[in-house]
Amino acid sequence: MRVRSTYREALRVALREALRDDPRVLLLGEDVAFYGGAFAVSHGLHEEFGTERVRDTPLSESAFLGAGIGAALGGLHPIVEVMTVNFSLLALDQIVNSAATLRHMSGGQMSVPMVVRMATGGGRQLAAQHSHSLEGWYAHVPGIKVLAPGTVDDARWMLPAALREPDPVFLFENARLYPMEGTYDDAGSPAEIGRAAVRRPGRDVTLIAFGGGLPKTLEAAETLTAHSVDAEVVDLRTLRPLDAETILGSVRRTRRAVIVDEAWRTGSFAAEVAARIAEEGFYDLEAPILRICGAEVPMPYAKHLEDAALPQPHSIVQAVLRTMGRA
Amino acid sequence: MSGTGDPGRDLSLLRVMVLIRRFEEQAAELYTQGKIRGFLHLYIGEEAIAAGVLSVLGPEDAVVSTYREHGHALARGVSAASIMAEMYGKATGCSGGRGGSMHLFDVARRFYGGNAIVAGGIPIAVGLALADRQLARKRVTACFFGEGAVAEGEFHESMNLAALWQLPVLFLCENNFYAMGTALQRSQAVTDIASRAASYGMPSEPVDGMDVLAVAQAAQRAVEAIRASPGPRFLELRTYRFRAHSMYDPELYRSKEEVERWKKRDPIPAWEARLREAGALDDAGRARIESEVAAEIEAAVVFAERSPWEPTEDLLKDVHTEEGIVA
Ligand SMILES: Cc1ncc(C[n+]2csc(CCOP(=O)(O)OP(=O)(O)O)c2C)c(N)n1
Repeated sequence: MRVRSTYREALRVALREALRDDPRVLLLGEDVAFYGGAFAVSHGLHEEFGTERVRDTPLSESAFLGAGIGAALGGLHPIVEVMTVNFSLLALDQIVNSAATLRHMSGGQMSVPMVVRMATGGGRQLAAQHSHSLEGWYAHVPGIKVLAPGTVDDARWMLPAALREPDPVFLFENARLYPMEGTYDDAGSPAEIGRAAVRRPGRDVTLIAFGGGLPKTLEAAETLTAHSVDAEVVDLRTLRPLDAETILGSVRRTRRAVIVDEAWRTGSFAAEVAARIAEEGFYDLEAPILRICGAEVPMPYAKHLEDAALPQPHSIVQAVLRTMGRA
Repeated sequence: MSGTGDPGRDLSLLRVMVLIRRFEEQAAELYTQGKIRGFLHLYIGEEAIAAGVLSVLGPEDAVVSTYREHGHALARGVSAASIMAEMYGKATGCSGGRGGSMHLFDVARRFYGGNAIVAGGIPIAVGLALADRQLARKRVTACFFGEGAVAEGEFHESMNLAALWQLPVLFLCENNFYAMGTALQRSQAVTDIASRAASYGMPSEPVDGMDVLAVAQAAQRAVEAIRASPGPRFLELRTYRFRAHSMYDPELYRSKEEVERWKKRDPIPAWEARLREAGALDDAGRARIESEVAAEIEAAVVFAERSPWEPTEDLLKDVHTEEGIVA
């Protein structure tokens, strides 16, 4: 049955299920318990599962993320919540130098089954230390998997999939999506990691998006029908491993690709996708690949500037019309 | 009563506290009207610290602050108008509308922000002081942070550097007993914060942060000591925030009774009573402060309302020194 839910509630349902079904699971992070979660995702869970399993940590991102790694090595299955991606930079050492390396560096002796969740993205006027989209950076790192749920169904079903993985999985929750309404299948099954999804079939152009960019891209696709453009929307869902097959299959049909990424263009994940298409699908293309990315600027506070710094449905529409030769 | 010994200064301490209080009450009101957006962290209840500490600094000294910095900025002499305009996101704001409430800057007043990464400002303060020491300038860098920051690695790394290199930093820990929803005793193994600094060989003392005179005197002693022989000092200022952490916080982690208990120690009426007792303040004097402050805030709001937005075309200005960096 499809259940109506917000993205936030869907995440909470998944967390509750994980804590209920596996005594090794614990949720670790700043203000996950008494405060009720900075974004209210974990609201109430400490009352249900106690403050040992839903555990508030001091402000010490490097220490509690590293402790998550150690706990995973020691037989627990931690879900570490980092309040936002900007704060995860304080834990970057533990993530890149340890979480991602231990299995390989130890010759396969070690396993770090840990899920790291964090809020990402701009659009809430929180300026330059709370608004960036760094999931593409994390996707650069082999040894971790990077998921970016962009729908309520994925908010519900990506966590159980992540918990099945023997290696660290990073779940990027775009903070603008927390109140988003949608539905999930309550008899669904864990999402397939490494599998993109065609969210809207179309013939004329492939729009590739993920996370916070997905709803904007779907909106743009709707608007494009008024311009007689039938756009296909591919939701990447997983940045690492990347499902190149679905992307290339779609581009083979539509012969045009536009990539939407809220992060900075230079060195963006969009650049990686564009490179894959160029390497493996070049002869399918009828027009240059286009990228719609965030402006190359630390996120400004003022609303009109922030809006201008992020891809918007109208800028996506304009780009698509350009690649179709209509603008 | 024994005041600071300077009746003008005694009154000015009151005036600064009232200015901060009324300014923030106005800001909260404007937030509910949607004029101010993003995060807004109010300092109400903690005014004695900003008023007291900044009354003893000279214009050559530097200030490094956090996202809860309206009080520090106002007490430093950053104009109410430029702060209000900043919170509106206007081009005339003290950070050009790019920073908002959490990122106030005024380098002419040596006010170095406005850092929204907990503990993020502390190493920067150490560096400012390093420059002063190296260039043989007799200046002090005052560095504000909350007790939550004491759990971060950056705090400890900075304490060590400042003590090791004997740098002229005045560390000011505003201990309001909660980091968002995490109570001090749930985040620190040793809750006596002054003793943490002492463990780095740094002279440190706890101060009643609700008593503006005690704050001013302790800060005076510390600043004089630093000027006499550079080397860091540490004050733990015990205080309480009367309002929510930010505007979204349902305050699940503390009781109304506790808040009410602390409100009885409100620093403004306490100081006012002492001034009256000493015959230094009468009804007319008190009313004058109130009306001057009201006029200043009203003018600030008018200024913010009438100020222009930064043109969207300037979005990329100041990312680098040169203009015209490619998007
Ligand atoms: C590195 C980092 N982690 C988490 C946060 C989110 N956060 C913002 S304020 C805050 C509490 C800080 O408490 P404290 O240092 O005591 O200062 P207060 O807010 O009480 O003034 C938290 C957890 C952040 N801004 N930066």
